[in-house]
Amino acid sequence: MPEQARTLFDKVWERHVVADYGDGFALMHVDRLIVPDLTSRALTELRTRGLVLARPELVFGVADHAITTDPASDDPRGLTNPFIANLREQARHFGMTMLEVGEPGHGIMHVISPELGIALPGLTLCCSDSHSCTIGALGALAWGIGGGELTHILATQTSVQRKPKTMRITLDGRLPPDTQGKDIILRLIGEIGVAAGNGHAVEYAGSAIRGLAMEGRFTVCNMSVEFGARFGMIAPDDTTLNYVAGRPYAPREALWDAALADWRALPSDPAAAFDCEIALDLTGLAPQVTWGNNPAAVLPIDGCIPDPGNEPNPERRREMEAALAYMDLVPNRAIEGTPIDWVFIGSCTNSRIADLRAAAAVVNGRKVAESVSAWVVPGSIAVKRQAEAEGLDAIFRAAGFAWRAPGCSMCVGANGDVVPSGQRCVSTSNRNFVGRQGPGSRTHLASPVVAAASACAGAIADPRKLM
Amino acid sequence: MTALTTLVGPAAPLLIDNINTDLIAPMYRPAQAGILRGLAVKRGDLAGMLFAGWRYDAQDREIPEFVLNRGPFRNARFLLAGANFGCGSSRDTAALMLSAFGIRCVAAPSFGEIFRDNCFKAGMLPLVLEREIVAALAQEASGGAEFTLDLAAQTLRAPSGRIVHVEVPAFRREQLLSGADEITLTLRRSEDILAYQDRERATRPWLFLPQRENC
Repeated sequence: MPEQARTLFDKVWERHVVADYGDGFALMHVDRLIVPDLTSRALTELRTRGLVLARPELVFGVADHAITTDPASDDPRGLTNPFIANLREQARHFGMTMLEVGEPGHGIMHVISPELGIALPGLTLCCSDSHSCTIGALGALAWGIGGGELTHILATQTSVQRKPKTMRITLDGRLPPDTQGKDIILRLIGEIGVAAGNGHAVEYAGSAIRGLAMEGRFTVCNMSVEFGARFGMIAPDDTTLNYVAGRPYAPREALWDAALADWRALPSDPAAAFDCEIALDLTGLAPQVTWGNNPAAVLPIDGCIPDPGNEPNPERRREMEAALAYMDLVPNRAIEGTPIDWVFIGSCTNSRIADLRAAAAVVNGRKVAESVSAWVVPGSIAVKRQAEAEGLDAIFRAAGFAWRAPGCSMCVGANGDVVPSGQRCVSTSNRNFVGRQGPGSRTHLASPVVAAASACAGAIADPRKLM
Repeated sequence: MTALTTLVGPAAPLLIDNINTDLIAPMYRPAQAGILRGLAVKRGDLAGMLFAGWRYDAQDREIPEFVLNRGPFRNARFLLAGANFGCGSSRDTAALMLSAFGIRCVAAPSFGEIFRDNCFKAGMLPLVLEREIVAALAQEASGGAEFTLDLAAQTLRAPSGRIVHVEVPAFRREQLLSGADEITLTLRRSEDILAYQDRERATRPWLFLPQRENC
């Protein structure tokens, strides 16, 4: 009998099943585990219960949510921060690796794990963070977990999961210049809604995805969870394998050759069937920007703010009215030209070197509008140093941007980097929820080039008019 | 984990779609926003933090219109919610805060998946019911009358006597009924896990890093 055609997801899932629990549940092996600062209490719990850390060499700690990004901080390493201090102390006790603040290797977990080669194609990786799906861009199976599950993985190196259905999203079309991975994923979520991926593992395919560099692919996979998909994957190809080659934790020499042969066989078989197929043609895609309080409330940058009066569904109409009131926006007006107070370029969605290069190209020779506070927060020490070597920091600083230290920063404000109440921010992050960037903050999600153009214009701006 | 066998009490209706975990489990109360910026995620009073942005005003007074501040729903044991409840952040405080408040069963047309898993970890039942059924139950719930969940029988009894059959996968059902600690159960399979690792190390050695002493 010929072997059954399988998807990328099936292949990686099946090889990680330690035990089948029936009903679709399986005990899955977790090849890599990352513990961010805010959930270090899971390590404390492990210790309190007298349990052993199952595989210290496969577990990494990183201070990203709680760490200051203030370059002038008097405690740049977070020595007095209780979350970071505990993570450091527990890492020492358990013999796991702490990716120490300020040293090469430090940064946002979803930026550094591929950078260091901790994340590789075909492996499983968990972090106690919903954006773990970012790592699926390598062809890995990566998913977010809560703090309780984190303790389970620390103790056993496994996680009980129920196998989801599969969904393929085929994105074709040649992207115009000035559109990026962020525009692709925002456009997609606007089309299918914030719950379309519930219960599914998504594979992104199509020419628009193949044409993206790794940075753009990470951006796309990063926001899978924003439409309910816990897993978002892209089949490894030359772009992936060239990216992975030579990374500090990646295999070398004979082991590399063996890994390469394995990874080349991971893509979905041509005859593989998916439970659900979605296709979207992105030809002529315009830069996107959100207007409401979830990522599906999105518009092309030259579009008009929607009118709840045109919405027949009463529940949705109320939701739109509430969002417009919170965002202080007027229906039917152009979104372009809406005055802003803040710009945040950073987060696990858009803080990689290609993001900073694209933003710097817009900013070069321009000034940040006087009314705007604009920040660049690189995703890692490696990104920061690379940007500095290329002179990007000088471009940002000359324009009036603050050039900060790596961390999650203003995406979630857990370290105190918040947008003040009532102020409006164009942000390259992933969530525009009520209060996400601080109580009363108003967030417009967009790509780094839209954020850069908006910083200079002092208002939501179309980067195509600047280039 | 505390076992969940039966649950009796009022069901608070909150039929809004896409309620995310930032809203369920905010990092601070509105009144603390100015003070605590940067010191976020203090766990403190879990029950008191639940839906804090909706429950309290900036002076830390209860907002009387919010359902959990109203009469019988202060003792709610169930929450009837809209679709995609618990989407967003993976913070398990969302489940822990609901449970600390006394709500151990949320019924909704669909759930954010990480939240759903976190519920089981917290000894809670996230119950998927059709939108129309949730809406009908909300009608019955509005006076604060009692609902009864019998997990072993897989039934939810509404105040009118209507019985709704609830489908809970056997694996999860047994876990809730026994209250067994999942780590303890998995550690009983340590030999299987080690055998898996030995097998994989032989087949795909690059998945493993140089071994360290564990403690």
